[in-house]
Formats: sequence, C-alpha cells, structure tokens
Amino acid sequence: MTVPRIEAGNRPISERLEDYSEVEQTLNDNERQLQASRCMDCGIPFCQWGCPVGNTMPEFQDAMYKGNWEEAIKILHYTNNFPEFTGRICPAPCEKACVLNIHEEPVTIRENECAAVEKGFAMGYIKPQPPKVRTGKKVAVIGSGPAGLAAADLLNKWGHTVVLYEKDEAVGGLLRFGIPDFKLNKSVIDRRVKILEAEGLIIKTNTMVGVDVKGKDLMKEFDAVCIAIGAGKPRDLNVPGRELKGIHFAMEYLTQQNRVNAGKEFSPEERIHARGKHVLVIGGGDTGSDCIGTANRQKALSVTQIEILPKPPVKRLPDNPWPYWPSVLKTSSSHEEGCSRFWSLSTKRFIGENGHVKGAEVVEVKWEKDANGRMTMIEIPGTERIIQADLVFLAMGFVSPVHEGLLDELGVEYDQRGNVKASPDKRTSVDKVFVAGDATRGASLVVHAIAEGRKMAKHVHEFLTKNA
Amino acid sequence: MRMQSGLPKAQGMYHPENEHDSCGIGFVAHIKGQKSHEIVQRGLDVLINMTHRGAESADNKTGDGAGIQIQMPHEFFISQGIQLPSPGSYGAGIVFLPKNETNAKQCLEIFEKIVNEERLQIITYREVPVNSGCLGEIAKSNEPAMKQVFITGKYEQEELDRKLFIVRKLSENAIRNSNIPNKEAFYFPSLSTKVMIYKGMLTPIQLKEYFPDLSDRNMISAIAMVHSRFSTNTFPTWDLAQPFRYLAHNGEINTIQGNRNWMKAREGLLQTELFGKDIQKLFPIIEPGKSDSASLDNALEFLHLAGRSLPHALAMLIPESWNEKNPIPESLKAFYEYYSTIMEPWDGPASIVFSDGRYVGGTLDRNGLRPSRYVITKNDIIAMGSEVGCQVFPPEDIKVKGRQRPGKILLVDTKLGIIIPDYEIKEQLAKMHPYQQWLKESRLILSDIPVRQRVPSELGEDLPKYSKVFGYTKEDLEMVMIPMATEGYEPTGSMGNDTPLAVLSERPYRMFNYFRQLFAQVTNPPIDPIRESLVMSLTNYIGSVSKNVLVDSPAHCKSIKFKSPIITNTDLAKLKNLNEEGFRHKDISILFPANGGEDALEKRLEEICIEAEKAVDEGYNYIVLCDRGISAEWAPIPSLLATAAVHHHLIEKKKRMQVGLIVESAEPREVHHFACLIGYGASIVNPYGAFAIISDLCQKGKIKHDYVKARELYIKAIDAGLLKIMSKMGISTLRSYHGAQIFEAVGIGENVINKYFVGTPSRIGGLGFKEIQEEVLKPHREFFQLGLNGDLKTFGFYHYRKEGEQHGWDPDAIGLLQWATRTNNYSKFKEFTSYVNQRNQTPLFLRGFFGYKTNPIPIDEVEPISEITKRFITGAMSFGSISKEAHEALAEAMNKIGGKSNTGEGGEDSERFKPLPDGRWLRSAVKQVASGRFGVTANYLVNADEIQIKIAQGAKPGEGGQLPGIKVNKVIARLRHSTPGITLISPPPHHDIYSIEDLKQLIFDLKCINPNAKISVKLVSENGVGTIAAGVAKAKADVIIISGSEGGTGASPISSIKHAGLPMEMGISETHQTLVMNNLRGRVRLQTDGQLKTGLDVVIAAMLGAEEFAFATTALIVLGCVMMRKCHLNTCPVGVATQEEELRKRFTGRSEYVVNYFTMLAQEIRELMAEIGVRKFDELVGRADLLTIRSFPNHWKAKTVDVSKLVYVPKEAKIYPIHYTTPQHHDIDKQIDHELIRLANAALKSKDKVWIAKPISNVDRTVGAMLSGEVAKRYGDEGLPHDTINVHFTGSAGQSFGAFLAKGITFKLEGDANDYLGKGLCGGKIIVVPPTGSTFVPEENIIVGNTLLYGATSGEAYIRGIAGERFCVRNSGAYAVVEGVGDHGCEYMTGGRVVVLGRTGRNFAAGMSGGIAYVLDVDGNFDYFCNKGLVELTPLESIEDIKEVQQMISNHLYYTNSSLAERILTNWNEYLPKFVKVLPLEYKKVLEEQKLMQLQAKLELTEDEPHRRY
Repeated sequence: MTVPRIEAGNRPISERLEDYSEVEQTLNDNERQLQASRCMDCGIPFCQWGCPVGNTMPEFQDAMYKGNWEEAIKILHYTNNFPEFTGRICPAPCEKACVLNIHEEPVTIRENECAAVEKGFAMGYIKPQPPKVRTGKKVAVIGSGPAGLAAADLLNKWGHTVVLYEKDEAVGGLLRFGIPDFKLNKSVIDRRVKILEAEGLIIKTNTMVGVDVKGKDLMKEFDAVCIAIGAGKPRDLNVPGRELKGIHFAMEYLTQQNRVNAGKEFSPEERIHARGKHVLVIGGGDTGSDCIGTANRQKALSVTQIEILPKPPVKRLPDNPWPYWPSVLKTSSSHEEGCSRFWSLSTKRFIGENGHVKGAEVVEVKWEKDANGRMTMIEIPGTERIIQADLVFLAMGFVSPVHEGLLDELGVEYDQRGNVKASPDKRTSVDKVFVAGDATRGASLVVHAIAEGRKMAKHVHEFLTKNA
Repeated sequence: MRMQSGLPKAQGMYHPENEHDSCGIGFVAHIKGQKSHEIVQRGLDVLINMTHRGAESADNKTGDGAGIQIQMPHEFFISQGIQLPSPGSYGAGIVFLPKNETNAKQCLEIFEKIVNEERLQIITYREVPVNSGCLGEIAKSNEPAMKQVFITGKYEQEELDRKLFIVRKLSENAIRNSNIPNKEAFYFPSLSTKVMIYKGMLTPIQLKEYFPDLSDRNMISAIAMVHSRFSTNTFPTWDLAQPFRYLAHNGEINTIQGNRNWMKAREGLLQTELFGKDIQKLFPIIEPGKSDSASLDNALEFLHLAGRSLPHALAMLIPESWNEKNPIPESLKAFYEYYSTIMEPWDGPASIVFSDGRYVGGTLDRNGLRPSRYVITKNDIIAMGSEVGCQVFPPEDIKVKGRQRPGKILLVDTKLGIIIPDYEIKEQLAKMHPYQQWLKESRLILSDIPVRQRVPSELGEDLPKYSKVFGYTKEDLEMVMIPMATEGYEPTGSMGNDTPLAVLSERPYRMFNYFRQLFAQVTNPPIDPIRESLVMSLTNYIGSVSKNVLVDSPAHCKSIKFKSPIITNTDLAKLKNLNEEGFRHKDISILFPANGGEDALEKRLEEICIEAEKAVDEGYNYIVLCDRGISAEWAPIPSLLATAAVHHHLIEKKKRMQVGLIVESAEPREVHHFACLIGYGASIVNPYGAFAIISDLCQKGKIKHDYVKARELYIKAIDAGLLKIMSKMGISTLRSYHGAQIFEAVGIGENVINKYFVGTPSRIGGLGFKEIQEEVLKPHREFFQLGLNGDLKTFGFYHYRKEGEQHGWDPDAIGLLQWATRTNNYSKFKEFTSYVNQRNQTPLFLRGFFGYKTNPIPIDEVEPISEITKRFITGAMSFGSISKEAHEALAEAMNKIGGKSNTGEGGEDSERFKPLPDGRWLRSAVKQVASGRFGVTANYLVNADEIQIKIAQGAKPGEGGQLPGIKVNKVIARLRHSTPGITLISPPPHHDIYSIEDLKQLIFDLKCINPNAKISVKLVSENGVGTIAAGVAKAKADVIIISGSEGGTGASPISSIKHAGLPMEMGISETHQTLVMNNLRGRVRLQTDGQLKTGLDVVIAAMLGAEEFAFATTALIVLGCVMMRKCHLNTCPVGVATQEEELRKRFTGRSEYVVNYFTMLAQEIRELMAEIGVRKFDELVGRADLLTIRSFPNHWKAKTVDVSKLVYVPKEAKIYPIHYTTPQHHDIDKQIDHELIRLANAALKSKDKVWIAKPISNVDRTVGAMLSGEVAKRYGDEGLPHDTINVHFTGSAGQSFGAFLAKGITFKLEGDANDYLGKGLCGGKIIVVPPTGSTFVPEENIIVGNTLLYGATSGEAYIRGIAGERFCVRNSGAYAVVEGVGDHGCEYMTGGRVVVLGRTGRNFAAGMSGGIAYVLDVDGNFDYFCNKGLVELTPLESIEDIKEVQQMISNHLYYTNSSLAERILTNWNEYLPKFVKVLPLEYKKVLEEQKLMQLQAKLELTEDEPHRRY
C-alpha cells in the first residue's frame, strides 16, 4: 500500500477538444507494473465478483506485476474476449468493489487491463488461433455488437462454423457507432475483427436479417440462431414541440459523427452539427455525456445537460455501501470539457422559432414516495424556466429491441418490457433460437453484453454438442 | 470386534475406541529383596498420596481404577491354609468372572478344559474376600465375581510361566468366541508363578478396603507396583484398571492403531523354539478391544515370554532417541538402529513401571513427557512415583533423590540386590550381538547406492495430460508447490476454511481431501518438531527378507535406509535396478479401464490386491504401485485407495511384513497427501508428477532456482511438513507413523472403509466405489473427451473465485452483513441470513442437512433478547493478531450486551480492567491461557469472569504459533512481558498439560487464583473429542468449547487449515452425546464455534448440544474484515488484523455494529424459537429430536451422506440432564491458602510484614495461588513491597507450588517440590532447600520437578539442588538460580535471567529468543547440550555480566546457604572462565539497539544543552 493510485489521466482539454482521438493517456511499463502491484490478491476478490465477465484481477495483475505480460493477457482472455474494449470504456464495477475502494483508492484495474492488452498487441502475443477441428455445426449470430461478437468468437473458437450478420457497413454495433472515437478509437475494433476473420469467423455486413435475409432461411440453414441485435428503440419525449427541427435522438447524432470520422460524407441537410449553437442534452447518462463531448468538439456555443432525477450524492450514502455499485455523481471527461449540468428538471415543452427549436421549458421536480412506496415525481409550481437551445439531444435511454422485422418474423416471445424473453440458458421461446445482450436484458454496459454473449455461446455450445 | 465389558457399544457419534486414560504410577521395592508387609503398605500409600492424579465418576465415589502388583504372596496363601508346593512350582492369579454363577461356571469349565489339555493341574480355587460395600454405584453395577486359582504342572518355573501364558491366551480366545452370556467379565489380571495382581474399578483408598487380603500382615513382598487411573469416561470397566501383567503405564500410545496392525501382520512370521508350534495358540498377541496400555503390555509380555529380557523388550518397543543429537555410544545407536528395522516404536508419552517379580524398574519415553521421581534410602528401599513426596522418609535416611530421564531405564534386581543403572543395561544390550557389524554388512543406505540410470523428471508433451487428469489446479502450483520449491517450507495462510467438505462439493476432489489429520489434545501432548528435533526422525527402511522379531540375525537388517520417504525418479530407478537377493521388486499398475463400466475401478482394485499377494508369495521384497501410462483408455485409481487396499489386504493375509510398499504416482503434491500415503502403508513415495511440474515451472522461470535446487527444497518442505503432522499427534518417528492411520475419514462410505481402510473412523457415510470412480473419471473425461486441455485454472479452494468452489463467506454474504449491521437494518439482516441459509442448503456445511420441527407459539412468550445475547462470545483473538481498535470494539460491545469477549493469547492492558467514566468497559470477560502463557499474571487472571485454557485451535490444532519479532511493538511487548523486537513462540503443547490429570491440575491452579471465574477448556472437533471432553468434565472444567475446524486463524500452514479437525456439527454432537451417556452433561456448559453466522446456525448447534456460541470471523466482518486472508502478513487493508499504525487508521468498525449484529441475531433466534415452540433457550439445548433431516438425491456426492448419527439421542438422555444444570465442585475449600490469607491479613490490609511457618505435603497443591489472587485483587500489577508475606514450609510440596506468586510474597520450602513450581510467577520469590538433617549432596540430587517457572513474568527463584526437564520454559522475566537442570532448559525463554551452577540436559535454550542464561560448564561440553539454533555462546567478559552473575549467586548463597555457591564465590577466578553466557541473537541485537538509543539520547541531551558539557 506504499504505492499510491496513479491514473494515467486525460490529455489536456485544450488539446483534446481539437480532435476525436482517444482522450485517455497511458503510463509507461514500469509505472503500470507498479500500479498492478497494488493489487493485494484478496482472499475474496470482490473485484471479480463485481465484474460481469468475472475477470480474475488478482491473477492477471500479478502476472503483469511480475512482467509476465503474455500470461496476463492469456488470463484476461479466459474470461473476456475483448479486454481492449472494456479496458477503455468499462465503468469498472471491479474498481468500485475493489477492497482498496473502501478508502477510495482502488487499483486502476481498467487501465491495467487496457495496458495489458495493448502490450499484448504490441508484442504480437495476440494472434489468430483458429480452431484445429471443425464440428460441422453452423451457427448464425445476428448483430455484431459486443454480445454478438463475443458469442461468435467463442463459438467459432470451439470449432463451429459461425456467420455473423451485421446490418450496418461495419462490425461493432454501438461499439462502433454509438461510442465516440475519443473514447474508443475504431481501429481497435478493426484490429480485433481482423483476428476473428483470420480465425475463420464469417462476417456479413450490410445484411439486415429480416430484410436482406429472411429469418426463416436462417432457421433452415443453421443449427442454431443467436440474436444479439441490441435495444435499438430509443425512449422518446412526447411533449409539445417535439416535432421541431433540431431535436434529435442522441444516437443519430453520435452515429453520424462516428461515420464522418470514418470518412463518410453527409449533405448539409443531413448533417447535425453544433458549431455556434446552444446545445441541450436531455438525459444524464453516458450517452448524454458522449453528446456533450461531441458537441464541444464541434465548438458548440454552450452545452447544457439536464436530468430528471435528483443530483446524486458525491460520496456513497450509508444505504449504498461498498462493495455495491455506487449511486454517486459521475463526472466524465466530456463533462470536464465544459457544460452546465442540472438535476431534478423535467422538460415541459420545446419552444420553437420557424419550426426550429430555440429552447425548452423545464420545471423543477421533487421525488417522493407515494402510498405504495413507489417514488413519484412531483412538479414544484412556480419553478418553470426556459433553457435556450438550438440543438436538443434526447439521451434518455432505450425502450426495447426493434420488434419489427426479424423478431416478429421469428415469432419470439417478449417480456413485459418488450425485451426478448429468455430462459436461464439463453433460449428464446423458439427452438434453437438463442438471445443475448441488450435485446433481452435491456440497454446496458458493453461488459454486460460481452458477459451475455459468452453465456449464450456456452449454452449454444452445449446445445450443439448434446445433439451431436 | 467385541468391545470390553463395561464400555458401551459404538452409538451415535460415540465410539469406545476413543477412550483414553492416564494416571499416577509408582513402585516401592526393597533392593535386597527383603520381603515385608511394609513394602505392600508403602505401595498402597504411594497410591493414596496420588489420589488427586486419578479421577472419580459422576457418582463421586467410583474410581477409574486402581491396582497393585506384588511378588507371589506364598506366605500369605500358606497362612490361609492353602496347600501349595514350593514357590515357583505353581502359578496363581485372580480370575474375574461373570456375577451370574451359571455363566461363571461355564467360563471355568472352558478354562479347566484348557488347563487339562495343556497338561497342567488345578490345585484349588480360593474365594477372594472382597468388601463390595465400599464401591460406588457405577463400579458396583459391573463388579465381577473373583476367584484365585492355583495351578501346577511338571515344568521348570520359566516353562510353567509360558504354559500359564498359553492357558490364559487360549481361555481368553475360547471364551471370547463362546456364546456364554456376560462372558465379557472373564479376565485374568495376572496368571503367573511370580506375581499377583489385585485391581479393580476402585479409588486408591478403596483398593485396600475392597481387598482385605492386602492388609493382612502375612501379605509380604519385596516389590509393590501400583497404578491409579484417570479415565475419560465414567463407564464401569474393571479390567482396564492397571497394573497389567508386566507393566503399569502413565501416558498414551499415539501410534497404537499402527502398532496393533503391524503386530497382527507379524504373526505370520513368528517362530521361537521356546514355544514351538504352541506359538499359534498365543494369537492374537494383542487382545482385541483393550486399551493402548493393555496392548503394549500384551506385546511386552509376548516378547518377554518368547525369550527377551524385560529391558531388551522395552528397548525394542520404546527406544530412546538415537539420532546425532543424542549423547549415547555408537554401539548402542547400532543396537537401536538394528531393532528399528524390524520393530516400529510404540510412540507416545509414557512413563512405565514394570516388574516380573524379580526385576522392577521404570522407563520413560524418548521425550520424557511424564514425570517420574525416585528416592533411595539408606536402608535399601527405593520408591518411585509420578510425584515426589508420595512416600515420606526421614531426611537423614535419604541416600539419593533422582528422576527418571527420557529414554532411560532404571532397573532393580531384587535377587542380586542391586540397582542396575541405565548405561550398564544398555551396554549389555548393545553387546548381545555385533550390531554395528551386522548393519554394515546388510543395511544399504540409499544415497550410497550407485546410480546406473538417470530417470528424467520431465514428462514433456505428456505434462498437460498428467496435470489435467490428476486434477492439478493453478492454486496447487501457485499457492502450494511454488512456495515449497522456492522457500523450502509450507506456505502460511490465514482465516478459516469455509469451503464445503469434499463430499458436499459438486466438484471432483482428490481422495486425500476426504481424510482429516488427527491431533493430540489433552490426553497427550503434541511435540514441537522444530525446537525438539532431537526426538524426531524421518528415517525409514524398506526391504528385508523376514521379520521374525523373536530371533536376531544379520539378515534381519537387510534393508535400505532412507532419510526421507520422498524419493526422486532416479533414486526409484536405483531401487528397481538393484534386483539382487532381498531387494527384488514387483511393479503393479494401479490404472483401471476408463470405459470398463461402473465397477471397473473396484474390480481392478481387487486384481491389484491379488497381484500383490502373489508377489509376496513369489518372494518379491517390495511392491511398486505405479500410475504411469494413463491414456484415454486407462485412468488412475486414487493412489491412496490403491495403497491402503494393498496394505490392508496383505495384513489380512498376514503377508504384509514380507514386503515394502512404494508408491510411484503423479497424484500426491502437498504435504497432506504424502502423510496419507505413509499413514496407510506406503514406505516411500515417488511423486513423479509433482517433480515434472516443478521442473516445468523452473524452466518457465516461475521458480527462481534450478530444478535440482527446487526439488531439494520441495522435498525439504514435505519432510518438514510430515514432521509437523506427526508431531501434532505426539508422534516422533516416521517408523511409527508408518501405517498408523492417524486420520478420520469424512465422506467415505462404509463399504470402502471396511474393505480397505479398516479401523479408520468414518461417521457420516459417503462415497462408494462408484462415486470414487466417477470422481477420477470427471477430469479424465474433460481431458480426453471434451478436449478441455488449456492451461490450469484456479479452483477457488483457498481464495474465492466467482466461478470456483463455494465459500461460506463470499462477497454477497460479507456485503449484506456489513450493510445490515452498519445501518442496523433488520430487513437487510434477514436478507443476509436467508442468503446464507439458502446457500448452506446446497449443501455447503453439514448444518445444511438439518431443518427443524415446528410447533409455533406467540413470540412474546419467548425469553427476551437480553437472555439470548448472554450466550454469545466473541472468539479468542489476541491483541497482537488484531488491532487495538478491533480488540477494544469487541470487548466494549460484548460488555454492553451481556455477552463475553475473549482476550486471546497475549494479555490485556490493565488499563482496560476498570470501566471508563463514560460507562464503556473495554475489559475482556474471558481471559485466555494458552501454551505461550503470554501476559498471564495474577492480576490478569483475577480480572476475568472466565478463564479459558486453549488446548487447540480450529485452524491449526496441535500446532504452536509464532509472532515474528518485527510485529512485536512496544505495547504488545509490554502486555506480553517481553522485549520489543523479540520473536514470541507459543509451543505446540502446554508444557504443564501432557495428560488429562495435568489439565485437572491447571484447572485447579486457575480456580485457586480466581475462585469466582469459570474455567473453560477449548478443544477442537475431531474423532474422539467427546471422550476427551468427558475427561475434561471430570477434570472439573466449568465450560467446554468445541471448536469447528472451520475456525479462523491469524496464521497457520494452509494444509492445517484445510486438512485437520472436523466440522463443528460433528464435534458438538459427539461431545454432547458422550457427556450425556456419562451423566456429565449437567456439570458443564458446552460452547461451540465454526462458521456460525445466522440464527438458524445457532439454533441447529443448540439442538445438537451447544448452549453458548462463539463468533470470531463473523464479528470481524461486522467490524470491516473482508477476508483478505492476509492476517499473517500484517498488511490488513482495513485495519483489523494489523498493528501497522497507518493501516490501523483505515479501521472503519465501531462497537455499535457488533451490538447491532448480536441484537438482530438474538431477535432472529427468538423468531425461530417461537416457530419451534420453545420459550427458554435451555429447552432447545440438546434437543436433537427436534431436528429434521434433509436429503439431497440430486447431488451426486451429498446423496451418499448419512447424518443420522449426529442426531442420535442416547437412552441416558431420558434420565440424565441434557444441558447445564449443576456447578462443578472444585474442592478448593481445603486449600492451605485460606489459612495463609487469614494469617497474612495484616499484610494484605496494610502492607505490614508477616512471617508464617507451615508443614506441607504433596497433596497440598497450588499453594500460594489463592493468596496471590488476594494480593492482585487489592494491589493489581503493583503487588506488595518485596518480602512482605514470608512463608516457611517444610515437607514435600505438591504440584504448582507458588503458582502465580505475586510480588511481595516469599516462599521458602525446606524439603522438595514436584512439577510446575513457580508456574506463572509474577513478582514473588521462591526458595527451595533440602531439609535440615539430610545428608545427600544437594547439587547432585533432584529436589524439584519438571517445568518450573513456566511462563513466569517476574520474580525470583533459588533452588539448592537439581531441577528436572524444561526449567524456566517460556520464562519472560524471572531471575532464577539452580544447581543443575534436565533436558530442554530455558526452552522458549523470552526474558529474565537464569544461572545454572551445574550440568544441563540436552537441548538447552531451544527456541530461546530472549533473556540470558549463564551456565557453569563443569565438564566443558555444554556446547553439545545446547541447541544453538537461536543463541550464541560466549565467555563471561563484560563487567555488567560478571556483576550480574555474582549478584545472583550471592543471593543464592544468602537464601539457600548453598555450599556450591559459596565455593564458586570464594574461588571466583577459578570458576569464572567456566561460565558460558547463552545469549539469543535476536535479543542481543535488541539490547545493542537499546544501548545505542540510550547513548544517542544522552548525546542529544548534551548537544541541546551545551552548558552540561564539561
């Protein structure tokens, strides 16, 4: 405990606002190994318990500390297909559960993971390992987000022939199109995809299953079908003025910028750009935060973020103890880059000028328990005010997967929230159709998606080998 | 096997095999053989004066047994009018018969028939007059009828004795195999031409009353050998009284199971001209169902009557230690080595007296763990006994006062009228044959055999196959093998074992995991294998053509000698390549066909046994069981199963002695595995798989040594671990551990046990062959079928892993508990308990098998929370192992809720004894007394509500502990009365508890110093713990704690955490059942611990028999512990288990959280009580009938478990109490101290000086403790001014004279004293001088016993004469002068000064880390006798040293008038160069640092204040 926690930190704001490159910096190997040495090899690694994929932090960090990079990477890959993704963008529940976080100085597990995997690529330790034997079984994986990708990877490694379908022009799903480049450089995805392809994974992009390929054809061709299409349907805000121009779902905005970065061009009409504009982001989550970062890079005049829930405490409350996930105020690198943040604000209506949004009327709310003990929102009369906005992004989460098309065609059952209903072994109501990720559990973290994908792959594998 | 008459049959968790006893023994003899009634009378007096060493049953009247052996009282029989031929031409003995006359007649008919068949004649019978009126009820219930029988025949005396032996053996066998009702009563205490034994289930006083014969003036003898017994039960057993036919034994044979097996195995080879064909009639040599002492007597009798002299036979059975650390002649070492190749030692603490009517003598085991003192008078009487003073002679008559020495024999030949000293006996023995020559010719030493073929250690491409199929995990490598091969010793871990029993886990385990190491507690001491290595040995032999132990020849030792049982591949090849006469081997593969169906393994096992038997018949000398060659078709039989199967099969066929067993297996990797293999018969193990892995790890750089070095260290670590496992049970040599089966099986089914692990207890059923096969095939399939052949994974066996083995404490359990207790949120608490309970039922622990019957009542009828919290105790955790903050928080909380906290071993700051002004009280109600006695002072003890004697600890039963010097900071050192920076070692045993009567003594000591405190004794769950607890209850403990093996620890070898001890459930139920059967349950409170977390845990434990509950880990978790398992490293990140200033700041616990926890727990218990329908907790205790049993049909292993024995309710539960009802009667009202306190009133009240004079005798025990208690109560640590209370005693003081003597009290004893003088001395002064009028030379005679000044913290002692073994053991502050000491002087000493003005025994200063000893090296060879592990020897040079020694000797002269002291002081220049200073290296460093600091302080002072400089 003589070594303090050192974060690599981010590039200076003034510098990073000028580009879309990754914000986070790296430590040199020596310092990184020292950071890894802070891991205490706990009798109970709460970090591992906290980690959805169950990375064995004590083991990979011990290997790093001892300079056994190759082994560290091996250990990471036992539990996680893509440590390079989670190493960059995971909110690190592991660190929240780290024993050293009792005193708020957890091991830099996420950064260590990232450093290990980058070292692995740099040293050439991560290379294609195609399966030695093919089982002859065929699996279709629909959706190439983290869940689909992880499942496809594992199933392919176990010798099944896997075809991965992606509706967009490139693999990655929200990883590629949702997450801004300044958090996850897309070459990182390409690098991995190359390896997967070299291992024999068949990837079909620009192929919308349900449209370009019919579900029933897949059912005929494949021994198992895996759905990992994500939760594509964003939550809308049905207030007066919603139809005004300049109000977009966050994902439209983020996706477009990512595509621009990838070299795609958009007409001025299509282009959503914040330069010289007052930007309002509705929704206090990660997506909202990504919008802020993007808007700032586009040189917005001002950026405001509002959230309907109350401002979370800065530190854990007694009823939210370690090692559980902390409900506390999060300030991302995008927040640091400049924005105003407000909480307990509900949007009443949008105000427009010439059909174009100019502002939003908001009202302060308070949250109280109703007779049934449910938290309900109460508007505080007289607190209405108007926030100026030329551009509004709705970042209020996602409702469910898109039912139209594939899902309805396959006829899978949905749960109450409209997600695809899955049994504990990841089966849908339709024989040999499996599901994983946001499509079944609702929108969540990349790391959960990977965990889901792995779990599904395991059950698909069991299903395929049992029937063999 | 039929059990002896009085003991109950095995039932529930109780098994009669576990009974123990120990005792007082002695003899009186006239050296010149002059027979007299006085000798008989004196013998009986010896017995009566040791009454306190025996015990009484629940009826307080029945003794455990007493007896006397005398020479054949021919004169008496003549006086009774019996017509007898001349002495020597007839034999006689008492026979115990069934009370029922018909049955008695039936027995006698058989007996008489045999007498006739053996061509002997019965002269007559005599009714033995007895006075049954004096018996206690229990004894009476089983009193046999008795007759004396007289037999003659036309034989020489020796031949006649052999005939009588045959007759007795044949009768015993015939009657045992008959259908006669009550045949159990039939028993011959003796049947001989030379001696007569009177014995029974009597107290010493009753012996004389019961047998009026013994008071007859015509009853004369020159020898009287006596014994009084303290047994762990209260069951009536007349035949187990001692003496047996040739000996009386005080102690315990730890290796008895193995010894009995080996004796049986030997029978096939025994031949002697003396018996000819008749030898068959003598089998079985060992009478079934008798005690260990009786078995030893059987063996001795057999060897003796088959032609060996008694000393010769004893030297074979109980050899002294003969390794390089022992000063005995080479010829004698050869003698011992020769016999060690053909007879394994009967190992254990033993003081033995023996007699055949002509010779009488005594011997001690190699450790000398039992006291034995003797006096020889000028008129040729010798009296030997466990205590001095048991025979009183006028001082002027005494010629010699001595003690028995470890391994030595004292022999009196009453015919020649001489005492034969040990060296003479041994010299004769050593000269019987040219043993040295024989060894040289026949015995090979492995390392000397030339290598013909090197066998590589690597497995190459096969390595993954072997490591996967044999179930290696990443943890095996990282946590076990790498540390062993890097450091050379076993890794240390901390906290408890919270993973399920192997049989309750879904995962496959190695078979070793189903076997738990047994360990010694109370009835015999564990050994310190490091500090007392002089008695330890791993040497073993393999080979030899024949083992007829009755004749001697060079061929007998034709064998190969090993220094370690672990051999390399190349060494194994050497053995295989020898291939000459006497050294031929047979390889037997222990693989079975993987696809051979459900019973493939079982079938193959049977084939292997047949193959082994055939190998013996074909004359092979050793069998190699080998599991090389695994493949998809062939899977390995667990090496332990294969070994045990062959071992037991060959024993059964009486073919075992002819071959040695070698195991060549990839399976064993950790110490416990090797111990199992050796314990079940393997002589040598070649762990080729482990070697291959180590080699691979070396290549990969994971082990930072070259392979040869790594392998050497790995073997070293295993060797050290084996020594530790053996010593835990008090076993010193691998020879006697070999095949001794010191294990209990947990989760192995009856059919497997009865077939191949015969004699191993296994009480909850478990796996059959089918499941064992499945367990092997699981990893086999994974590798060969599923192709899961990647890297080794972590199993989660030691540290939690998300996908790994289950742990009782996992993140959810900890998270919820901390959440609930920090916010005092009862619904969160229920979330915690239901989570834990639900997981227990997977099942995780045995409690998961239990539910309860319901009969709801309203909850407000249930007693309140405050009544329930009284039953809660926090576990013993020393301030030292946990931080001040944590320690005090626990105390404060427990005082608040009326529960108790336990100080742990390490003392407590007296600041905490009084409540604080704000009402908080930080005092721990329970004060622990552990083997290190750290911080145990009078003041500490009087400030306790309960004093706990820690016999064992769940996580490391049978082992000592060590607090490294770096952790001993100022505060800890102060509380432990030591010096900062000095390593503090807690020895494995309490050096004042080697047996049950010693424990009784310590309980008495503690009760004396604090009569208000309850005395508790902490035991660990293992097979037989119930029986031990019964003994402890009889030793007058108020509370007995049964700790589960899941208990935590601050530091322990990880193999001990995992493989020793049993779950709490098994221990508490066994204890409860046994106590109830003995009607002892009502006398004691039962406490338990071991992974207790929820109300349900408590309620189940209560129904199994517990009434108090201890929580250690749980309480720590409430205070912030997160199970880092790093306590041993002092790096606890939450400030709980650390002394590090910075880390302690991170402590977030508060006493309120602990209060919250226990309050919520009590509430939950109330809810459960309401559901069950009991209002008072007491109504729940022992109600196993209220438990229901759950089954697990879908769990492939747990379904084989049967826990019904745990809920067994003995029939006695209907008549006897099933929970605590009546306090113990401690008999402290007759202490001399009451009078001392009265006479010292003026001193106690106003510090006036007082002088008192008193006579004393050996029945006056623990004199001074109660007085010291009074001083401490009034004056605390401070005490009185020196020499305020002066008491002058004359006589023989009993044990624990001057125990805990407080400052201001001076005891002068004129006479002699027994063991434990000055135990826990804290400031007082003790002077011992020989009585006025005595003429013997004090400095050449023993006047005080063993284990003096044990754990003394301050004070002085002056002893004019020699002390026994372990003088000043664990002294941390007393100053003492003595004129000679026995073995192990100044052992574990951490402070104080000792001056020895004479010789020392072996192993002086072992484990001595502090203080200084000055030894007058009379013979110039002290160097040899000193254990220089931790100390350096220097001449006396510095002025300070010389002054100090002179001052101490001058004090000695002043107080004792010692002529030796006078001589030394007046010839100082002559003596000075002979003094050697014994200075611990660590202590030296600390002293130097202190000096330097003082100097620096001085310098700074002068720097700061220049005006002072001049």
